[in-house]
Amino acid sequence: MSGFKVLQPGLLTLIQDAGRIGQHRIGLTTGGPLDSNAFAWANRLLNNDSNATALEISIGGLVMEAQCDTYIVLTGASMPLKINGTEQEGWCAHKVQAGDRIDIGFSSAGARAYLAVSGGFTVAKSFTSTATVTREGIGGLNGEKLQQGDILPAEPAADQQVYRLPEAFRPDYTAAVSLRVITGYQQDAFSDVQKRLFFSSEYKVTDRADRMGYRLEGPQITPSIDGILSEGICHGAIQVPADGQPIVLLNDRQTIGGYPKIGSMIAMDTARLTQLLPGSAVSFEEISIDAAHNLRCLEQARFARTEPEAL
Amino acid sequence: MSQTEYQTPRVEIAGENALILYFGEKTDPAVSAKVQQAVDALETVLADVLIDMVPSYASLLVIFNPLACDHLEVRRRIRTALSDQASGEASEGRLVKLPAYYSTESGPDLEDLATRANLSVEEVIKIHSEMEYRVYAIGFAPGFAYLGEVDERIAAPRLSTPRQKVPRGAVAIADRQTAVYPAVSPGGWNLIGLCPTRMFNPDATPSMPVQVGDRIRFEPIERDEFLSLGGEL
Repeated sequence: MSGFKVLQPGLLTLIQDAGRIGQHRIGLTTGGPLDSNAFAWANRLLNNDSNATALEISIGGLVMEAQCDTYIVLTGASMPLKINGTEQEGWCAHKVQAGDRIDIGFSSAGARAYLAVSGGFTVAKSFTSTATVTREGIGGLNGEKLQQGDILPAEPAADQQVYRLPEAFRPDYTAAVSLRVITGYQQDAFSDVQKRLFFSSEYKVTDRADRMGYRLEGPQITPSIDGILSEGICHGAIQVPADGQPIVLLNDRQTIGGYPKIGSMIAMDTARLTQLLPGSAVSFEEISIDAAHNLRCLEQARFARTEPEAL
Repeated sequence: MSQTEYQTPRVEIAGENALILYFGEKTDPAVSAKVQQAVDALETVLADVLIDMVPSYASLLVIFNPLACDHLEVRRRIRTALSDQASGEASEGRLVKLPAYYSTESGPDLEDLATRANLSVEEVIKIHSEMEYRVYAIGFAPGFAYLGEVDERIAAPRLSTPRQKVPRGAVAIADRQTAVYPAVSPGGWNLIGLCPTRMFNPDATPSMPVQVGDRIRFEPIERDEFLSLGGEL
């Protein structure tokens, strides 16, 4: 079996494809990349299928040895990439050969980076997807984060056209973040005053921020109800438990729950939120579902139109 | 229109690509049946735009592909498909029997629960196993089925301090809900027995023995039978 050998797994490195869909009815969540934009670029710069399996590296610290000749690319957070000790550019495909050592250092901006390989890692799917959800023990190699000594299977790749994304098109993870939210769900349980407070205040990312949800800290928002009959939770839903501190529910969220929700953050902005470290300040901006739909379509068109540079 | 059951579902925005349909406000087999009918109907009419659905007690979350359509189109199709939803009668659902070894050995909270309810352990077992339950929702963890409703006499609040480790197969009660833990996990429900049937097995097809809308009955078994069915103590 060819592929990559994990020498150091880093803090939290997970095998992810675009996510597990159609399995909510047996209680399985979606998983998949927190920053879907950086993930999509990683695969595109290698001409991969958009659902090809890559690695999501949180914070950094991954060291691997290539066991075949192929191409890799690192997108997302600014983590220094070294191949055999020589620093290499992110958002740019690189050829690697069997025996090469790949070092990914700790991030200087952003929290999640994506490492893709030509053709994707050839991991077996479980429930239609390779996405790792550690809480469920599903996906990846054995439902776990990467461990030292793991072998990540991948096929050797022939010489081919690969790409680099020009700097002008790369996101700036240090820019101030206003997160767009569509009000919905139990929004009627939040008075106008409470909503104003929510949309005009600054919140901070706490250290209780993981792939299930990002707990924020700021002015307390009080809904008029404590709980609801348990119901389905969509990606980006913002629930407000009794302590009045909002939690943005993400890829590894539980599929149903009973806390009131003020609305949901759009996916373009959960991608930005999950690049933030604890202590970062955020604010919210209300947006209509129609405007969100337009933004999503525009983003898709922009992604399709942006031509990476052939190498 | 009754207080707790809507003639046509109330549709609210959930997120940029999700709508949530409310069919009532309470745990009620008739409302749950409507949720189930809607799942069946929408699976067909939304087939080309549907990403996933999450049925629950009185609601249905519908997640669609925003690049294939918008919420107005999804609302139109939902309205058409559900406008003449037959009211009231609960669909029968499959009857699934789950063996349960009730005992103080396999159910560490059984005695406490009986004492607080002013019942004997035998009476608690009888009440729990005589009732037919409905699968109202699946969630919390893979394969975790919320069953309802238990007889009020044996309803019990969650433990004030949740256990770090509830064993796989634990038969449990929280308020008027009951469930079988599909895997070892933390949990705050009252444990009254163990079920040897695996509620979630990723290697099996189907991976779960039950689905939303099924009827469940627990059948008391003895220790020997529990062990011979593969149960572990």
